[in-house]
Amino acid sequence: MVIERRWKRWIYFYIPLTIFIIGTLFPFYWMLITATRPDAELYRSWRAANNTPFWTLAPTLEHFRDLMAKTTFPRWLWNTFFIACVSTVISLFCGLLAGYALGRLKFPMAGTIGTSIFVTYLVPPTLLFIPLANIIRTFQLGDTPWALILTYPTFLIPFCTWLLMGYFKTIPKELEECARIDGATRFGAMVRIIFPIAVPGILSAGIFAFTLSWNEFIYALVFLSSPEKKTVPVGVVSELIRGDIYFWGQLMAGALLGSIPVALVYSFFVEYYVTGLTGSVKG
Amino acid sequence: MAHPGTSRPTGMTRFLENERLLACLLLAPTVVLLGLFIAYPFVMGVWLSLSNTSVGNVGEFVGLKNFIKAWNDSIFQTAFYNTFYYTFWATIFKLVLGMWLALLLNRHFRGKRIVRAAMLLPFIVPTVLSTFAWRWMFDPTFSVLNWLLYQGGFITTKLPFLSDGVYGMWCAIVVNTWRGMPFFAITLLAGLQTISTDLQEAASLDGANGWQRFWHVTWPLLKPVTLVVVVFSVIQTFSDFQLIYVLTGGGPANATHLLATYAYQIGVATGLLGEGAAISLFMLPVLFIVVWLQLRYLRRLEGA
Repeated sequence: MVIERRWKRWIYFYIPLTIFIIGTLFPFYWMLITATRPDAELYRSWRAANNTPFWTLAPTLEHFRDLMAKTTFPRWLWNTFFIACVSTVISLFCGLLAGYALGRLKFPMAGTIGTSIFVTYLVPPTLLFIPLANIIRTFQLGDTPWALILTYPTFLIPFCTWLLMGYFKTIPKELEECARIDGATRFGAMVRIIFPIAVPGILSAGIFAFTLSWNEFIYALVFLSSPEKKTVPVGVVSELIRGDIYFWGQLMAGALLGSIPVALVYSFFVEYYVTGLTGSVKG
Repeated sequence: MAHPGTSRPTGMTRFLENERLLACLLLAPTVVLLGLFIAYPFVMGVWLSLSNTSVGNVGEFVGLKNFIKAWNDSIFQTAFYNTFYYTFWATIFKLVLGMWLALLLNRHFRGKRIVRAAMLLPFIVPTVLSTFAWRWMFDPTFSVLNWLLYQGGFITTKLPFLSDGVYGMWCAIVVNTWRGMPFFAITLLAGLQTISTDLQEAASLDGANGWQRFWHVTWPLLKPVTLVVVVFSVIQTFSDFQLIYVLTGGGPANATHLLATYAYQIGVATGLLGEGAAISLFMLPVLFIVVWLQLRYLRRLEGA
């Protein structure tokens, strides 16, 4: 161990770390405090003598109640959940098969196909949203969840394929060969031997894909128009602001509630998420 | 997909035994989806950018007119410049702060797991929603940051966070850094954890101080991971849309547009699909260079 003095540990370690923690978490605290604060207290001049910005004397759940009862927010939650789940399942299915093919089978063009899938991974949605909107209109998918369920896999599949391909490559070839000698078909060996071993990889890819599709914004913004069909990010941005008026209490309540599902999924599977995250870049 | 029985060798089973055919079959769903929703829109985007299509109006070929028009448009020029400025500064901050945080998290302390998990939160939470919290923190009348600075005696009048173009751009850079730094930190931390502590100790015994240990031991070993993370971040920052859309909406007076938000404004809000497609295609050369660098780098890794 590298030994250091106590004051040095404070200056080089505790103080910077504390600043990082405060800086990272303060906006979340601010969301919470805004969402639970009555309107009268929310819009008080910043120079007013009785201003207590960092806590509230009369916490209220009024904003949450209004959000759930008077807006279509619950509907948006369900839409987002449904779209995120279906597009994650589709992407996992495609990514699993493609990842297996690229990671374990020998065939001509394997390198080229692998590279092209990787390149599509790096194509940002903002490059394609205008022509895609046109295509969605041609297929008459506009303003339906299918517009998102079919387009989200375009950024999820490359990532899942890439991650699972790396995972499959680490599984020793002998395992499959043993099964084949015992009479399993190639397909049977893939489904019964290799896929079960890859479950941690599948879980990582799935969790990462779920959070990505929960957070997606631009496609949802462009492809959906009816208020009751929107996802949480788009609904909060476009429907909770009436005219030019920002109801900050309700907005922050929406931001909190919209973040909780992903935060929960993440907190249960931190390790898998981190594997997915680091795997997604290293490949 | 039909699952072939293992006991009776049917035509399907024999078909699946062929490695090439199986590979084709397994890749088919992916290739179809990506072809339909990435390759096809890409080609269509190029066609749109060369036409005067607008919503409800099939356009005709106009050559490079859209590109020339955009290039001479002063808002486009601002957006173009902003995109580089935003990407450059945000990436620098994310890298420096992310590296610092990774080094801090790589040490042993109580509560390490929970701190590490909490630090990733900005990256997990939907960007649009957290950006709203920032927008509220930058509010012209009720900004908590102004309040803090005022109480601390740093300012006497409110800072015009989002009502001034230059401030607005820097606010966006701050929010982007806040959101992207955890990604750097966690990925670099994963890289750090593969570096043996023996190396650090050896350098320490040789009398190297903290900075020298970082610069001569850790950094060279961390360079490959760093490069990959930076490439990913540059692509995402360069093509960023949602942060600006929520924080400033491109305002005030179109001073904080990025290429993506301006393309949205022209292509979707105004409905000039051709011009919008042309504006977003201006991102392509930079993305192309970055992707090319990344691929070359990957090849070199595989070759080594």
